[in-house]
Amino acid sequence: MSMFSRAFAHMRTSRTVMFSGGLLVAIAIIAIIGPWISPHSYLTTDFDNLVHAPTLRSMNVFGTDDLGRDLFVRTMLGVQVTLVVAIVASVVSLVIGVLYGATAGYIGGRVDAVMMRLVDTLYATPFIFFVILLLVVFERNFLLIFVAIGAINWLDMARIVRGQTLSLREREFVESAKLIGVSTPRIILRHIAPNLIGVVIVYVTLTIPQAILIESFLSFLGLGIQEPQTSLGKLVSTGVPKMGNALWMLLIPATLLATILLCFNFLGDGLRDLFDSRQSR
Amino acid sequence: MLRYALRRLLGAVPTLFLVIVLAFLLVHAAPGGPFDDQRVLPPEIEANIAAAYHLDEPLVMQFLRYIGGVLRGDFGPSFSYRDYTVSELIGRSFPISLQLGALATLLAAIVGVGTGVVAALRQNSALDKVVMGFAMTGISIPVFVIAPLLVLLFAVKLQWLPASWTGGQGASRLLLPVISLALPQIAYVARLTRASLIDVLSSDFIRTARAQGLGTVAIIRYHALKPAMLPVLSYLGPAVAAVLTGSVVVEEIFGIPGLGQLFVRGSLNRDYTLVLGVVVFYASLIVLFNLVVDLLYGVIDPRIRQR
Repeated sequence: MSMFSRAFAHMRTSRTVMFSGGLLVAIAIIAIIGPWISPHSYLTTDFDNLVHAPTLRSMNVFGTDDLGRDLFVRTMLGVQVTLVVAIVASVVSLVIGVLYGATAGYIGGRVDAVMMRLVDTLYATPFIFFVILLLVVFERNFLLIFVAIGAINWLDMARIVRGQTLSLREREFVESAKLIGVSTPRIILRHIAPNLIGVVIVYVTLTIPQAILIESFLSFLGLGIQEPQTSLGKLVSTGVPKMGNALWMLLIPATLLATILLCFNFLGDGLRDLFDSRQSR
Repeated sequence: MLRYALRRLLGAVPTLFLVIVLAFLLVHAAPGGPFDDQRVLPPEIEANIAAAYHLDEPLVMQFLRYIGGVLRGDFGPSFSYRDYTVSELIGRSFPISLQLGALATLLAAIVGVGTGVVAALRQNSALDKVVMGFAMTGISIPVFVIAPLLVLLFAVKLQWLPASWTGGQGASRLLLPVISLALPQIAYVARLTRASLIDVLSSDFIRTARAQGLGTVAIIRYHALKPAMLPVLSYLGPAVAAVLTGSVVVEEIFGIPGLGQLFVRGSLNRDYTLVLGVVVFYASLIVLFNLVVDLLYGVIDPRIRQR
């Protein structure tokens, strides 16, 4: 009975992973191909079709906004931005977070103490306000938002990777590598890092929704991406004042944003469950 | 305990100092000065303005002056609200944000812990699945999506509550903003409480208590809840940060004249001193809260003091 129920739980977590992962891939494909297929461009204004509800007749499947621009193409553009944010955030937290955490954990001692103290200090600072300050001081630059999101996201990863490295350090294969004279950077890159993959995948998946939230938050406030470019946060913020008579302008981007975030969260949770159950066996 | 408290306090000071230095340098790295209008002023007048705002001094002097001011609660003059100092602006808007944030945090703590305990006691039941499904949704949906949807339902369609700050009074105008602010936090706290309580309930001393014939309610009440609350307590620091960030959006949506709205207006107007002041104020608040959480942690769990 116990074995049966465990297998069942296992299958179900995999099903969550499969479903949310599949949905994300589907959304990504539509977001990339959609604007190519649609007859509209994200820029073209149509003053005969202002704030038009979703319709199949003129191929405005998501309706039009207050400038008569096609919302399907614009929304897909927003999804593209969201996905780029997701990719950048995961690459940054992967590279900086893993290297930093593995170095601190492997070298240990005073170096570790100083490095983690820095992480703690950065952790306690209200980063989002710094990001806003940055955006105020320098021009509202799309690249800057990515830098800022990356700067926030590697902290969690560094902490978790360090913890894992501390236990990996004591394992025989690391000892033997040390014994035959492999250099420290090489041990970290070739022996420690590959063994961190499980934890790293889980936490990358879980930091992605945070990065997406930051970008959409900034864009919602008008500090993020600028017109005529757009993102899901920006679309939601233009939809809010219109929700009384043009509900689709709010509901469509809001639902998509929430769905993407939910999928990433479920994916991360599901992967963690899978990973935990493998480890405990 | 006193030594522990002192050590924690000494740990918080460098963080705060670093924040102020970084923020100050950032603002001063800005291209152009605050008085670069289209109007061309005679050089004498420009020099006078610079002297009046101490912009002619070296950066180090300006920084020391700023730090000295901050320690006395003086953040300098605002550049866009010409007749006000930043301290006045913060002093006027912070009480509103404080009320909002405190109510939201309180609501999140009560409802979050409550639902978390229920879910943990009925682990893997249908109720647990539903509660955790809601919690996941609550975490995933941004505040700026929840708030407009609540307005649409309760203010526009049902007309039970006002849609904006100026449209109502007392509790009625607080209700929607507080709920939108609290919902994601309720979700986080519920998840944390559930996970942590399940963990505690599987430990040996709980089994002993059960073997002695104690009922579930008594076990939760006297044995399990206190240790299970430690991770939730340590989430209080990030929670306050999240509520502060969230209140920026909520105040913007409901038109509440709080600190968040002031911050956004300042950002869009490029009011450097105002934005700098609010960042330093927010940072102090968050550092202070982390300190309080650390101290509470030490009070609840004596093992932490030993380290």
